[in-house]
Parts: sequence; C-alpha cells; structure tokens
Amino acid sequence: MKNRNEALDSYWRIGEPMVWISATALALTLLSAATLLIVIMVNGLGVFWPSDIEKVHLKDRPPVFGQLIRTEENAEKTGLRRQYKIANRDLYGLDFRWIDESQIDETQRPADLIVLERVEHGDFYGRLKTMTGPHTETSAVDLAGLNSALEKTTVELDQLSELEDKLSDASYRLEQLRLKQLKLDYDNAPVDTAAQSQLQRDKAELDREFGALITLQTRRLAEVRKAKAIFVDAAGQEKEISLVDIFQAYAPNTMSTGDKVVFYLHKLAELFIGEPRESNTEGGLFPAIFGTVMLIFVMSLFSFPLGVIAAIYLREYAKEGVVVRIVRIAVNNLAGIPSIVYGIFGLGFFVYGIGHGIDMLFFPERTPTPTFGTGGLLWASLTLALLTVPVVIVSTEEALGAIPREMREGSYALGATKFQTLYRVLLPMTSPGIMTGLILAMARAAGEVAPLMITGVVKLAPALPIDGNFPFLHLDRKFMHLGFHIYDIGFQSPNVEAAKPMVFVTTLLLVLIVLLMSSVAIGLRNRMKKRYTFGTF
Amino acid sequence: MTDYKPANPVLEVQDLRFYYGDSRAIHGVDITFPEKQVTALIGPSGCGKSTLLRCFNRMNDLIDISRVEGKVLLDGQNIYDKSTDIIELRRQVGMVFQKSNPFPKSIYENVIYGLRIAGEKDKALFDERVETSLRGAALWDEVKDRLHDSALGLSGGQMQRLCIARAIAVNPKVILMDEPCSALDPKSTARVEELIGELRKNFTIIIVTHNMQQAARVSDNTAFLFEGNLIEYGPTDQLFVKPQNKQTEDYITGRFG
Ligand SMILES: Nc1ncnc2c1ncn2[C@@H]1O[C@H](COP(=O)(O)OP(=O)(O)O)[C@@H](O)[C@H]1O
Ligand SMILES: [Mg+2]
Repeated sequence: MKNRNEALDSYWRIGEPMVWISATALALTLLSAATLLIVIMVNGLGVFWPSDIEKVHLKDRPPVFGQLIRTEENAEKTGLRRQYKIANRDLYGLDFRWIDESQIDETQRPADLIVLERVEHGDFYGRLKTMTGPHTETSAVDLAGLNSALEKTTVELDQLSELEDKLSDASYRLEQLRLKQLKLDYDNAPVDTAAQSQLQRDKAELDREFGALITLQTRRLAEVRKAKAIFVDAAGQEKEISLVDIFQAYAPNTMSTGDKVVFYLHKLAELFIGEPRESNTEGGLFPAIFGTVMLIFVMSLFSFPLGVIAAIYLREYAKEGVVVRIVRIAVNNLAGIPSIVYGIFGLGFFVYGIGHGIDMLFFPERTPTPTFGTGGLLWASLTLALLTVPVVIVSTEEALGAIPREMREGSYALGATKFQTLYRVLLPMTSPGIMTGLILAMARAAGEVAPLMITGVVKLAPALPIDGNFPFLHLDRKFMHLGFHIYDIGFQSPNVEAAKPMVFVTTLLLVLIVLLMSSVAIGLRNRMKKRYTFGTF
Repeated sequence: MTDYKPANPVLEVQDLRFYYGDSRAIHGVDITFPEKQVTALIGPSGCGKSTLLRCFNRMNDLIDISRVEGKVLLDGQNIYDKSTDIIELRRQVGMVFQKSNPFPKSIYENVIYGLRIAGEKDKALFDERVETSLRGAALWDEVKDRLHDSALGLSGGQMQRLCIARAIAVNPKVILMDEPCSALDPKSTARVEELIGELRKNFTIIIVTHNMQQAARVSDNTAFLFEGNLIEYGPTDQLFVKPQNKQTEDYITGRFG
C-alpha cells in the first residue's frame, strides 16, 4: 500500500500528466492549423487544373457538356447524384447542375470539345462550327485554326492597347488641365489673362487629340470585332462569339498530363500578374497582391520607427514611476482593442480630420470633391500602423531590457554618452528583437480587413498606387486588398458558386504572402542574431 | 597602517563615504594610489571593493539612488566637482569588468570604439592604435589576421584581453580592473596576470581581486577592506608577510572570508 502510494506520488511529482496535457494541447493546435491549411491548399491548388469535360447523355433530356465536380448521395437517399460545371452561363443562366445518376445513360469524352475562357459570362463548353471575318479565312475549322486566328486578333488588340495607353495619358492630362482651370477660377484670375487663354488653347488641342484617338479606337475595335466564331453546345444550340471576347481556348480531353501541367503553370502565372475579370471572380489578382504588399510596406514604414522610438524613450529616458507604468499598461492594452475601432478612428481622425484639412489647405479649388479627404492607401496604412505599433513597442522594450548591464557599462566606461551607447551598442543588439516585433506586426496587419473597409479599400481600383505619372507614388488612391477580395467575391458577388474557387485561391495567396514576408523577415533576424549576440563561447 | 602614503600619488581618496539610498556601503575611506604601480583591493565579498572602485570613474552615477560624500582627487582635481566632465574623466580612468563585455562589432571596431565616440575619424590613427593597443594587450599575434571578424568569436580569455586593449586604446592614466580573471581558466588567468605586469610600465592599475595569491603576484601595494572600511594598506610584500591588523591576518591566512 505504501509502495503504491509512493509510486503515485512520484508520478505526480515528476509531472508526467502535465507533460501529457501540454503535448496534447500542442498536437491539437498543430492539427487544427494543418487542417485549415490543407483545406485551403486542396481547394485552392486544384482550381486551375484543366480537368476533362464529359458529354453526359441523359435518359429523357438533351445531353450536356460538363466537368464533374463531385458525387454525393441524392436527397431521397436512393442513389448518387453528380454535380457538373456546365458553364455557358449566357445560355443556361447557371454554371452548375446536379444530375441524378439514374438519369445518366452514358458519358463520353469527345476530343473535339473546346473550352473557351471568355472575357464575359465565364467559360463556354462546346464544339466549333464555323468562323467568319478577318483572320479566319485561311484557318482550318478546328482548335488549331481557332488559336491561330485568336493569335492574330491578339496582335491587333495589343496595338489597340497602345492606343488605349495614349488615351489614358491624354485623359490624365485633361484632368490636370481641369484642375488647373479650377485653381485659376478659384484664385479669381480674370478671364482674359494670358494664363487663362493659354489654358483654353491647351485644352482645345487636347480635346481634339482625345477626340481623334477615340474615333480611331472605336473604328479599329469595330474592325477587330468582326472576327467571329460560331459554337454549338451538346444539345445543338448555337452561339456566336467574337474572337476578342475569347481569352483562351483549349481542348482538355486531348491534352496529355504534361500539357496540363504546362497549362496549369501558365494559369498560375496569370494569377500573379493578371488583372481581375468578371467582377473579380476570374482572371488575375495582381492589383490585390500589389495593394496588400504595398499596404503592409507603408504600414511598416510608419509603425517601425514610431514604435522603436517610443520604446526607447519609455525604457531608456522616461523616469520609472507611476506614469511610465500606466503608459506601459495602456500600450499593452491597445493591442486588444477591436480593429474596427481603429478603423473608425482612422476614418474620423485621418480621413475626415487630417485629409480634409490637407484638402482645405492645398486644394481648396477642388472642393467639395475630396483629394485626401477620402479613404486611401496612406490613411489605411496609418490606421494599421496605429494598430500594430504596440506590438513593436513591447518587443523593442523587451529586447532593450534583455541586454546585460555590462554592455552599457562597457560603453559608458569608455566615455560614451547615453545616446552614443544607445545607437552604437544597444540598437544593434536589439535589432533581432525589433525584427521579431515587426514580423508580428506585419502578420497582424496582413490579416486585418475590417479597418480597411472604411479607410480606403475598394473591390476594383481604377489604377495602381504607383504609375508613370508624376509624382509616381499616389498614396491618396484607393487600393485593392486580398483580404477584402476574399470577403467581396465570397460573400458579395452575384454568382457565389462560380466565385468559390477564387475564394480559395485568394486565401491561399494571402497565406503565402504572409508566409513569404515573414520568412524574409525571419531570415534577416537570424542574420542579425548571428552578428549581434553571443552564440557559443 | 592605513596612514601609508606612497610617493607620486595619481589618485587620492579623502574621507569617501558612499550610500546606496539610505544604507552606507563605504564608511569614510582615505587611500592614495601611486603612479605606474599596481594596487590590489582585497576583502571578503560584499565588503565594498567594487563600490569603491566604481567611485573612481563615477560609474556609480548610473545608479539613481546612489550618493557620494568626500573627495577623489585625480592629479589634485576632485572628480566629484560640479565642473568635472564625466566623459573626459572616464577617458582618463579606464575600466575592465569582471564579465568580459566586447561589443557585438569587429575586433577592430571594438578597439577604436573609444576613439570613434570621441569624434576621431583619422583612419591612419585608427590602424596605428589598433596595432599598438592589441600588442599592448598581448593579443595582436592571435588576431592580426582577423581584425574585421566579430569579436564575439574570440575565446573568453581573448575577449578579456580585447577589453583591456579597448581600455588602453584611449590612453588612460588609470585602469580599474574589477576581478578581471574571475571568469577565466587558469591558463588565461596567467596570461592576463603577465599582461598586468607589462601594463604597469605605462599605466596606474587598481585591481580588485578575491584571490590572495593573485594579489600577491601582481600588485605592488595591497589594501584590505572590510565591511566598507579600509582596514589596512601597505606594500604588498609587507602586508602579506606581517600584517599589522588582526583582521587582515585572519583574512589572508584564510581564517574567514
Ligand atoms: N546597486 C546596488 N544597490 C544597493 N546596494 C548595493 C548595490 N550594489 C552593491 N550593493 C551593496 O553594497 C555592498 C558592497 O557591494 P560590492 O561593492 O559589490 O562588494 P564587493 O565588490 O566587495 O563584493 C554590498 O552589501 C551590496 O549588497
Ligand atoms: Mg565585486
């Protein structure tokens, strides 16, 4: 009896159960994180795979072309039903269709079936019947012929896009003139001054240039649009499609696995560099990726120096006492405020306060149209900086506190001032700790959506925050963001089912970007650690 | 024999009292340190050796609650005068710590740190000082091929000698050493002791040690401190051979401490 008691006693004393509990907790955490990642990966990575398209012969209805999405038990629990993506939204109104297996006669994989990715209305599944118009006469009526005709139209479209660049440049200059005019009017310059008349002349000339460009563009576009092709769906219904509306054509049933891999990689590349189409449910994510990275970058630019300097003051200069203790508690608690509150503060303080102030001061002629007095990248970045600055402060303070006293004394003993000690010895030594804070701050910022929604994010931004027009960096512009993108296409788009793959892809991308930025920062931190701390000795 | 007054004084301490807040750690010490000699401060731990030593370069100023009464004269000038430039003082009174504390920089940058913060920019002077200081600290031959490597890659003994090189690079009058060998292995300790013998030719050295043999080996004079009081002070050979005071005798014969 005594022996057993002793054994039990030592069992508890060694803490075996605690080890088990903590191991289980860790395993559970890892498991849920891994599950989340796997779900995102499985759903996101498969989106661009060009699966085979089946021709499904039905018992008492016309046949359809469709890509098998999944099979599950039907509602009556009498058998299985399959979900097909049938595309051709403009013909059928729906992209997806459930078909009961009892209704299916047989399925085939016809080699001449073509998948079109279109600029509008999503994909089209069908057979090519005829082609008419320019570039199509010499082509054979098959996929190769279609592709060669498509290539030729693409060349023409490229030339047209040069025209478009000229157009947008002209319209930008027109806008600048309009603003100049507004300023002149506002300054009450008499109409007959040289400036006014010069402006009028400039404007007239630009207007002429603009008009000429527009006419040219309309005419050439009409010309290109004449190239058309007629397709038929499984039931024999015909559909005429302009070649310019076709983004890409391919026949998945004839592609080998190697072809499919190449195709898949192409699609991935397009995702990174392409513009979004179809109210963001298709095409690339470039503006959203760019916006997200830029937002985090500008945010770091503010929160990093601000946090570090604040922490230095708190730890090195402020006299330890009640006030400092209260400030420290406040900073720690700032991190716990819901982010939407920061968003509202950002809207009130930055947008309506500072932004509006800037407008009144520098662009009074443009009012009531706001320039800075509306949400934009700068204000969103500042709001996020405010949200993340406590993280930087806390980690910097901790890093400063962890430096052994001898390091400071060694520097003072050589006649260094407090400031010299700080920036020659302490700051380099704290840099890994500061980097840790920045990593946490960036990860937090990348995941925030709520405060952005009221400080400048939009579902479709007309222009990137960086372009070739002076001053090149336009922080007043609205921007796109992957996190908001997920919300927008997943829950706000008219065709949620069609948007679902994109939601997974966007999520995956956001996770990847955060991962990438963190890895870069962690790599940097490890290098600093090697340089500035004692390894083994 | 606390009224021992060696010739050529560099540092004279007069009735020094030191307080941590309300508690007094040094109770009125008078002591004179002669030029270009090694003086050892010995005594049981907690008796105030470090505190006294850190009064000589005003390192204790860093402690908010500390307070000093009395005088410390460096070349006849009281370093606790209002007009004293602490930075200049610390340049004249260098310090080597118990735990070696090289900065996370290259060996080269460590040595010229004192010059750099003084605003010196002359590259040729840097090169020259690095070599003379490292030679002076008996480290040159070991590191001359990797001057621009991190100082953190050195061994413990090398690091401590680097800290000595760093201290002598600014040409101080006095070098304070607070148990410089307590974290070193016997071989490194022997090297540092040998080095102190060399440095003695150019610098006045005050060394705190709790190792009696070390004090006997390296120092010219020895002061025995006990509970914040200077109990006995005299030439090392005399103090160790026939101490005047009962407490000193007990301590050096190992009867307490
Ligand atoms: N920073 C400090 N604050 C308060 N008391 C201190 C401080 N440093 C040392 N003391 C006290 O002063 C006395 C002398 O300490 P110290 O000079 O470090 O002794 P030693 O170096 O001889 O071992 C000790 O009683 C110690 O507790
Ligand atoms: Mg001590």
